[in-house]
Amino acid sequence: MRIKVEKRFYITKWQEVCIILASIVLAFSSGALVFHFLGVDPLEAYKMMIDGSLGDFYGVSETVAKTIPLIMCSLAVALSFTMVVWNIGAEGQFVLGALACTAFVRYLYVDNFVVMLACMGISALLAGGLWGAFAGFLKARWNVNEIITTLMMNYVAILLLQYFVYGSWRDPTSLGFPMTPLFPKSARLHQFFSTRVHSGIFFAVIIALILWIVVRKGVWGYEIRVSGQNPKAADYAGIRSTRNVILVMFLSGAIAGLAGMAEMAGLHRRLQPGFAVGYGYTAIIIAWLARLHPLAIIFVSFLFGALFVGGENLQIAMRLPLSSVQILQGLILFFLLGGEFFRNYRVSFISRKR
Amino acid sequence: MPLMDWGRDMTENYLVKMRGITKAFYGIKANDGVDFDLKCGEVHALLGENGAGKSTLMSVLCGLYQPDDGVIVVNGRKVVFHSPKDAIARGIGIVHQHFMLVPSLTVWENMALGSRDMEFVIDENAICERIKELSQRYGLDVDPLTPVWQLSIGEQQRVAILRMLYHEANILILDEPTSVLTPQEIENLFITIKHMKEEDYGIVFISHKLREVFEIADRITVLRRGRVVGSMKTFEATPERLAEMMVGTSGVSEVRATEEKPKSNGKPLLVAEDIVVKNDKGLIAVDGISFTLRENQILGIAGVSGNGQGELAEALSGMRKIESGRLYFTVEDVTYASARQMVDLGVKYIPSDRKGVGLVPNMNVAENVALRKYWQPPFKKGFFIDWDEVYRDSKSLVESYEILTPGVNIPVRMLSGGNLQKLILARELSGELKVVIAMHPTWGLDVKATAFVREKLLSARNDGSAVLLISEDLDELLALSDVLAVIYRGKIMGMIEGPKAENIEEIGLMMAGIPTSVGGGNVIDED
Amino acid sequence: MELIVPILAAAVRSGTPILYATLGEIMTEKSGVLNLGLEGIMLIGAYVGFIVTYNTGSPFWGLVAAFFVGMAVNVVHAFLCISLKANQVICGLAMTMFGTGVSSLLGRGYVGETIAGLQAVALPGLSSFPVVGPVFFSQDVMVYISYLLVFVVWFLMYKTKFGLMMRAVGDSPLSAEAAGISVSAVRYASTLLGGGLVSLGGAYLTVVYSHMWVDLMTAGRGWIAVALVIFAIWNPLRAALGSYLFGGVEALQMRIQAGGTTVPAPLLMMLPYILTIAVLVVISVFKGRGRMLGAPSALGLPFYREERE
Repeated sequence: MRIKVEKRFYITKWQEVCIILASIVLAFSSGALVFHFLGVDPLEAYKMMIDGSLGDFYGVSETVAKTIPLIMCSLAVALSFTMVVWNIGAEGQFVLGALACTAFVRYLYVDNFVVMLACMGISALLAGGLWGAFAGFLKARWNVNEIITTLMMNYVAILLLQYFVYGSWRDPTSLGFPMTPLFPKSARLHQFFSTRVHSGIFFAVIIALILWIVVRKGVWGYEIRVSGQNPKAADYAGIRSTRNVILVMFLSGAIAGLAGMAEMAGLHRRLQPGFAVGYGYTAIIIAWLARLHPLAIIFVSFLFGALFVGGENLQIAMRLPLSSVQILQGLILFFLLGGEFFRNYRVSFISRKR
Repeated sequence: MPLMDWGRDMTENYLVKMRGITKAFYGIKANDGVDFDLKCGEVHALLGENGAGKSTLMSVLCGLYQPDDGVIVVNGRKVVFHSPKDAIARGIGIVHQHFMLVPSLTVWENMALGSRDMEFVIDENAICERIKELSQRYGLDVDPLTPVWQLSIGEQQRVAILRMLYHEANILILDEPTSVLTPQEIENLFITIKHMKEEDYGIVFISHKLREVFEIADRITVLRRGRVVGSMKTFEATPERLAEMMVGTSGVSEVRATEEKPKSNGKPLLVAEDIVVKNDKGLIAVDGISFTLRENQILGIAGVSGNGQGELAEALSGMRKIESGRLYFTVEDVTYASARQMVDLGVKYIPSDRKGVGLVPNMNVAENVALRKYWQPPFKKGFFIDWDEVYRDSKSLVESYEILTPGVNIPVRMLSGGNLQKLILARELSGELKVVIAMHPTWGLDVKATAFVREKLLSARNDGSAVLLISEDLDELLALSDVLAVIYRGKIMGMIEGPKAENIEEIGLMMAGIPTSVGGGNVIDED
Repeated sequence: MELIVPILAAAVRSGTPILYATLGEIMTEKSGVLNLGLEGIMLIGAYVGFIVTYNTGSPFWGLVAAFFVGMAVNVVHAFLCISLKANQVICGLAMTMFGTGVSSLLGRGYVGETIAGLQAVALPGLSSFPVVGPVFFSQDVMVYISYLLVFVVWFLMYKTKFGLMMRAVGDSPLSAEAAGISVSAVRYASTLLGGGLVSLGGAYLTVVYSHMWVDLMTAGRGWIAVALVIFAIWNPLRAALGSYLFGGVEALQMRIQAGGTTVPAPLLMMLPYILTIAVLVVISVFKGRGRMLGAPSALGLPFYREERE
């Protein structure tokens, strides 16, 4: 018996879905093994997670609240991935957006919601965008590996956050706890029906729709798709790759930055050291899983939102640390990667007849 | 002196016997029940057009592919090769079309790679000694210490041949060895092959060129569409019969430029003045070239690959910077024009790398047609592309160029080589057309597709365009060119108006950098 | 001079874990496999080194265990990237997440606990040389091993049969395969060996450097190692230079902080990351022309045998 591996020419949507589902099932199964190894009943743990995230109205609302930044960060990441520019810096750009809008509130507050919304939004877009564009510039001009630069800038961003929150931005009335003062009323995004779901959700959905249209039908969308699939053909087509790399990183960073602003103004309303919880990294998994499709990203983000909320519930109910969620995320990604193999190649068994 | 100790069953003197070899890719049989054998001290040619299955058969023999069915007997013993390692161990050596050398390693490192008796700590001196020995014995001159990326194509081929001998192969397979050589180098190669014959090596000579096969082979086997159509001794064959077997129909007339070659004083369309272009490494690849492309004219450029043709084509099409000198389109200075501006002017480019440059393999036919037009008015509407318009255009192109595809929605990587080239041709020759730069346009295509491409280039010329044809196929250049230039190390060595077969010798000399009395072109430096 | 020598000595100490990781990644990348999961593997190595030393009292076994566990973990990366031809960038990120999560989870009960790790051992004779003595020869065993390792990796890559195969496979796998070499086998070997070294780098942090467990203690060193591989242009000798450079920055930064300065801690802590970017820019500007000799051309590209044109 011999294993024959052939590249696939085509794959049906049904087969694709099957492979993805199988990967996720396997991921959760191996996650169950991990729980078992830690002396935790996996079924109990999973039930806790589902109850916490989808079991009641409050849980679902928390999930949706988590979905908002996930959608936006995933859209940001997916945009750059379309051009095969690896923006691993969504986490840092997210932080920069939050920093920018906090700075605005602190130094230039005006008691007018519309003005504040516009200013916070623009400053967040610019801050995140420039943070990303810097890495884009280095790549475009000198071919500096953007995975490393964006990652390094994540670390810098978080340290910057610490610097401000422990330093000059600290709320003097907070009894020594590192946090900024609460955002005043005009700097807040509206929350719905006493849940923490805020109007940032509109940003998320609108950006998803815009990206969907631009990438599929727009001129620039076509250009970045060509650049991502075949850079030499892009040169042949006269596409200005240098400009596009910087632009894509700027837009990607800007969207992540806006996500940070929405999270601040809509959810937290004050800056704290633990602001960055890894949405920028989860976004990578979501974008990958959704095959960079903006509408699929909305759906997948919701699932991962549930994963996060479920994880928090585990933390409260069973005193398991949040790192368990990270392990699950890693496992999901491993199995998705493994599943990719079956998407690209067909395996058959040949009997030797000699 | 015979060098083998392969003992065993030499009674029939058969080095290799292949019976019933079948190999399919995605359901298409590249080899279908092929029989092939090789005797000691003979040159057996495998003849067939591109895609007939010759390379596949030899890839099976050298262990790169595992056959779906069939038996292989080497030196009297039935063998099953699971990898190239097994084949090499049995004395099979191959020089691939693309040599398969590792560019960053030196000559001796490439040769020693995969050596069975190499110790863990490499003995560089012993290896270099052995290489020098073999090099002298067979008259194949190489410097063991040079990194391969610095070698010329001819030198690299010598290394690849020596490598077979280094690994003690007695079955030597040469896959289209002459496509990258000058006529003089081809002669030298044949001398080497004859030498091997005398030493009882068995040589498989894969080619699609009838003339060469007649000159060097003792036996000829013709493949067509994966099947053996005929096998005979060379003296029993005639060119007509072989051609017929290769193609399947009698007398596919070779496409030739009409006798009435238009006068060479048509309006100049693309004029190059002393242009200098650098390659990716920052070294000068085009060293001060001047020529004039006129309407109704095909200017052919002959030369061994790697002498600046690629860089020249890219510079002319706006893809590469022109460091000094000037380029004019009619009277307009386009030295600094971008690729897009050149396309808008009507200067089109058919690159040699179809899937690497000319197309985006994962995108569909329509998206690929848009590749070189999407910024132009009917297709671009504000910030969006009018995909309906693109699809309409694609469908009409597919029809008029008879491109075999289930639809315009299909990812282009699923199309065959010939259809890919037709697609590129369709796209480039449509719209505003004044100049066509075609680089190796018929490489790897079967006879039908080749004829199609050549016809289209000729009709473009006849309709008033200028065509710059860069090719390694001298026959093609002779058949199509109104004027032929030869490029060597980035300079034009000479130009011949109305080139004929009699000119081959001097063309060959120019290709090797030796200036001849037939001049024109630039002042040539002494090397 | 009084001030500089301790800083230089600290630089060597700080640079050593990065050196192990960089050498490991050079081996892996030279054969064409990109492993971006170094941060996760180092954390796993750090944890294993810690927990085994904690339970057995022997730093030796801690280090040995870390090496082999690192190899075992890399089997996953190797299998996914080599046999299943997965996207190597994403796989590395997954490994980072996984390793970070696992080490956090397993280490949560031990935060702040100390172990009896390795101590410095001054080499007789050599350690009494001025400057060079205390800086290079009054260190712990792992540092001495790392000096040897630089040479060993260099020798392995350029003077042995395995190294030749590695370089061939990383530059032109199709040619290597045609020459009879199993691209898969070579890549597996270099990925596993490399992974073991990376894990050792992580174990150094717990077993030698700090003698205790702290959550997320690698603080990005894994990523710095990835950058250093590029800076070193895949050459082990230059890797040492780069590692000690970073060690120097870290040592300097700690010295400044300890010396009581008005510069806030977070800003000082940014230095290594900013330096990483700077170092990458410098090397890209100066070596950017054409081909970076030493860069494996097939890096990050999955190899599929029987590829038809």
